[in-house]
Amino acid sequence: MSTFAAATQGTLPFPILTALIAAPALGALFTVLSSNKRPEITKLIAIVSSVFTGALGLWLLASFETGEKGFQFTSKHEWISDWGIGWNVGVDGISLFLVVLTGVLFPLVIVGIDPHHNEKRYLSWLLLLEAGVMGSFLSLDLFLFFLFFEIVLVPMYFLIGGWGYDQRIYAATKFFLYTMAGSAFMLVGIIATAVLAERDLGFVTFDLVQIAEGASFATGTARWLFFAFAIAFAVKVPLFPLHTWLPDAHTQAPTGGSVILAGVLLKLGTYGLLRFGVYLFPEAALWSREIFLTLAVIGIIWGAIAATMQKDLKRLVAYSSVAHLGFIVLGTFAFSSQAMTGGVMQMVNHGVSTGALFLLVGMIYERRHTRQIAELKGLQKVAPIFAGVFMVVMLSSIGVPGLNGFVGEFLVLIGAFPTARWWTVIAATGVILAALYLLWAYQRVFHGEPDEANAGFRELKLREGLVLAPFLAIIVFCGVYPKPMLDRIEPSVEALLERVELVTGYAAPEAEPEADVAVSDQGGEE
Amino acid sequence: MLDLVWLIPALPLAGFLVILVFGRILGEPKAGIVATAMTALSFVVTVGVFFDLVSRDESERHHVETLFSWIPVGSLSIDLAFLADPLSITMALFVTGIGSLIHLYAIGYMHGDPKFSKFFLYLNLFVFSMLMLVLGENLLVTFLGWEGVGACSYFLISFWHTRDSAATAGKKAFVTNRVGDWGVMMAMFLAFGAVGTLSYDGLNHAAEDGALSAVTATAIALMLFIGACGKSAQLPLYIWLPDAMEGPTPVSALIHAATMVTAGVFLMTRVNPVLEVAFDWAPTLIAIVGVATALFAATIAVAQTDIKKVLAYSTVSQLGFMFLAVGSGAYVAAIFHMVTHAFFKALLFLGSGSVIHGMHHEQDMRKMGALRLLMPVTAMTFIIGWLAIAGVPPFAGFWSKDEILLYAFAKSPILYAVGMVTALLTAYYMTRQVIMVFFGEARWKDRSEENGAHGDREPHESPATMLFPLVVLAGLSIVGGFIQLPFTKDLHFLEKWLHPVVEFGEADIKTSWAYENKYLLLVIAAVVALVGIAVSTLVYAKKRIAPIEPEILAEGWYYDRKITDFMGGPGRQAFDAVATVDNRVVDGAVNGVGRLVQRIAEAVRLTQSGAVRTYAAGVGVGVVALLIWFFLRGVVL
Repeated sequence: MSTFAAATQGTLPFPILTALIAAPALGALFTVLSSNKRPEITKLIAIVSSVFTGALGLWLLASFETGEKGFQFTSKHEWISDWGIGWNVGVDGISLFLVVLTGVLFPLVIVGIDPHHNEKRYLSWLLLLEAGVMGSFLSLDLFLFFLFFEIVLVPMYFLIGGWGYDQRIYAATKFFLYTMAGSAFMLVGIIATAVLAERDLGFVTFDLVQIAEGASFATGTARWLFFAFAIAFAVKVPLFPLHTWLPDAHTQAPTGGSVILAGVLLKLGTYGLLRFGVYLFPEAALWSREIFLTLAVIGIIWGAIAATMQKDLKRLVAYSSVAHLGFIVLGTFAFSSQAMTGGVMQMVNHGVSTGALFLLVGMIYERRHTRQIAELKGLQKVAPIFAGVFMVVMLSSIGVPGLNGFVGEFLVLIGAFPTARWWTVIAATGVILAALYLLWAYQRVFHGEPDEANAGFRELKLREGLVLAPFLAIIVFCGVYPKPMLDRIEPSVEALLERVELVTGYAAPEAEPEADVAVSDQGGEE
Repeated sequence: MLDLVWLIPALPLAGFLVILVFGRILGEPKAGIVATAMTALSFVVTVGVFFDLVSRDESERHHVETLFSWIPVGSLSIDLAFLADPLSITMALFVTGIGSLIHLYAIGYMHGDPKFSKFFLYLNLFVFSMLMLVLGENLLVTFLGWEGVGACSYFLISFWHTRDSAATAGKKAFVTNRVGDWGVMMAMFLAFGAVGTLSYDGLNHAAEDGALSAVTATAIALMLFIGACGKSAQLPLYIWLPDAMEGPTPVSALIHAATMVTAGVFLMTRVNPVLEVAFDWAPTLIAIVGVATALFAATIAVAQTDIKKVLAYSTVSQLGFMFLAVGSGAYVAAIFHMVTHAFFKALLFLGSGSVIHGMHHEQDMRKMGALRLLMPVTAMTFIIGWLAIAGVPPFAGFWSKDEILLYAFAKSPILYAVGMVTALLTAYYMTRQVIMVFFGEARWKDRSEENGAHGDREPHESPATMLFPLVVLAGLSIVGGFIQLPFTKDLHFLEKWLHPVVEFGEADIKTSWAYENKYLLLVIAAVVALVGIAVSTLVYAKKRIAPIEPEILAEGWYYDRKITDFMGGPGRQAFDAVATVDNRVVDGAVNGVGRLVQRIAEAVRLTQSGAVRTYAAGVGVGVVALLIWFFLRGVVL
């Protein structure tokens, strides 16, 4: 087998990835089974299982072999052997930090935010959601991936519909149907891929690596298959113009739902594009890159402009996500190691900073029972620490150097510049717009003299501070010292690009001194 | 000593962290003392590094201190590293030196402010960022500082954020600067694409070795210049600087006069080999933008009535002079003027702050007058600053401005002529300010009578913590020009010190008419300054000539207002249109499809319950069941 299948169990004596999926799933099961009369036990189960999952995630991070480009900690077992479907999980540099982020976000949400009613069901949906997300990031089997990808929808639907705000049913249904419609294409794509791959392989399998390495699709076929996958992911990202479910879902979702939605769920789309789109169908991805680059750049500008004009603070953050995710797609389809690595890093960065923004907006809502920017004023005067935390998170989102957001954005842009020059030139103006919409919102909400309604705005509580502290720590650490993260992401990105090169002959540009230009120039002048 | 260069930014950073954690406990004045001490210590280290550099051979005055690998991906490798060489240490010297003085001053100025410790928190963060900017070994570390000073500038301009004008001014500064930052990012991308590195050494050597094509060099230079226009407030991006006066006056002195706004000039000087490779029209463009800004801002300054606004436009104008120097290839003159300007403009701003402090927060010069009697130290030092900026020999500004004009003449007599007119206006409006504030009749008296209860609030001299920095800066404004005297080559101290970071420029202009008649130009400059002062005296002191202060000048040629109107009008409408289209058209289409499907479904609903919840619940149950089955089959272990 090739390097991709190189199974390294690491030094761990047990299948950690399976445990990462099983722990929250079991937690969900136990919370369902727990007694209605003892809510504190239910909460304890949820906390223990999510914290345990988070700890496993950190352990995974610590045990991860840096510099290794293939999948690690793989565990593969036959399941429905007649169809070649298996329990096949593994992690590489592209999925590692998404797994860790998932592991870290859920306990923070569970500990930090109380639902207003029916906590038991809320917690079990949340844990099932975590299992689904973990499974999606870890699956190396197409069928298994699809299963988890769909599982994710259900708890999210119920979280929005059950614990959301006024228009929650509309938003939840829209979210469910929109994503479901996209997934339908993917299901067809997955089955078609497996069936067509059988001709080359001689056996039916849904194994991602086996199909990628062993099957060769006709160019036209591969393009169709790629689009079947890409549509599902484009909805999930969401890519312009398929993004309009997002503002509704975000705004109506309960705070915990928004944090998870922005933090990890949207990444299923960008992750899927890399893991399944580019990896399985490199030629098709390369062929269609201009479409994706264009939509990504439109999304960056469009999302930023739309964000500027929002009157609802949460909706503003939601639109900013459209813009940020545009950067990630730009990085993916720029096909260079800096851009792609930056894109992967930006998936995590966006999860952290936008997740934190949603937490903060949720805290504002808790206090003021409004998210309307016009009804908020002068909060910095009454709650300076709260304002300070908001400021740091906001600067991270704007992409100020020294904080995490900048590193990802910068890598995407500097990597995309040689391969997608004009797209990059326009995308970079999004950096100006980001400052505009966030600072303007900040001014209206935090600056000025607080009026009567806002004068009693409560300062950050200890528990809230403790929940936000890890976000701030990641924001600063990854901005100042991103090397450990980049060192783990990059080999896998390089491997993916090598594969693109192997299949299509496309070579990612390496920055070199302007040899050709310089020579011709000297010739002209001397 | 050179390997301690990292300490220079680390000390203010430590101050920032201490105040961040203990700010509230420290309170006034301890937080201010901590911040001042850290900046002063940083200055001491800088002086140490300076003497270490001086003691070395010219070729060895270059030291790179790498802390760690910051952003390494593939062929891109960016270190968090510092470059200690004559240029960066010159910058660090006046940033920390003037910075310490302004910190000290601020202890007095911010007395009694409820956010006293927060002010020093931001101030130390600013000094740290500014030092990262000047000491950076590559464009990205500089950019870290570049954006950092921008953020601090935003915090400090909107420091009194309960005032709407302050909050708006801060935001305007940040966003306008971001427009420039786009240029800097483009320049970095171009540089990386062309030479595969962002380090100054790599970029400059490539330019010197001919490995950089003229096209790329021009593109890099112009993109950096866009950034410089933002940060250093040049046309067309200067609009944020006059508004930035909303910040506390020590901020105006430190950030918006002495240090941050000169970052653009520093950056262009840093990459001067790239500029040399660029097409000739690129530096010419820079010189034209510089001199145009200088003249434009000077005409506005003539009609301002706010004591700080005069100085703000004057700063824009003087920065224009520095870009005129850069565009004329006179990098030494640019740095020279940057240093002397830092002395006298910090002095003038701090002096105006002392006046505002003494006048109980009055900034309108029409309500001042005769303050020299009540504020003798402030008046004396302000007068020295005035002589320096007006270009009266032998004060600092005279020498640096003269050197710029000499090179400008060698490039084009038109640039020189415009520069000279600007110099005349400078002397004129600064004299006007001095007369309005310190001489003539005491107009604040009328007002205090009107105010009744406040009538006893007579202007007073400021405390010693504020006056000491004024005296030191006044001294520097007198002697600052002697670091680079035009007479003989031996007196070109600054030029020799900066070599070889900046090549000797004199050879390029040696054959020009201007160089051969440089003493004549020296005399003309002095005469022009005196004429400006004389005319202004006739207008404002003797009242022999009616002042010319048309509204168009007071309103800054309506430029800012036009932009504001555009942003609030068509700009906003366009943004609104996008949001509406997103809601109605893009989302409308989605909902339309939804409704269509719904109608079709209604036709066949007899077979289905139609409740998505039921479906979803079914799927959910199925999924959990599958999972359980899955585990029961024992595939896991």
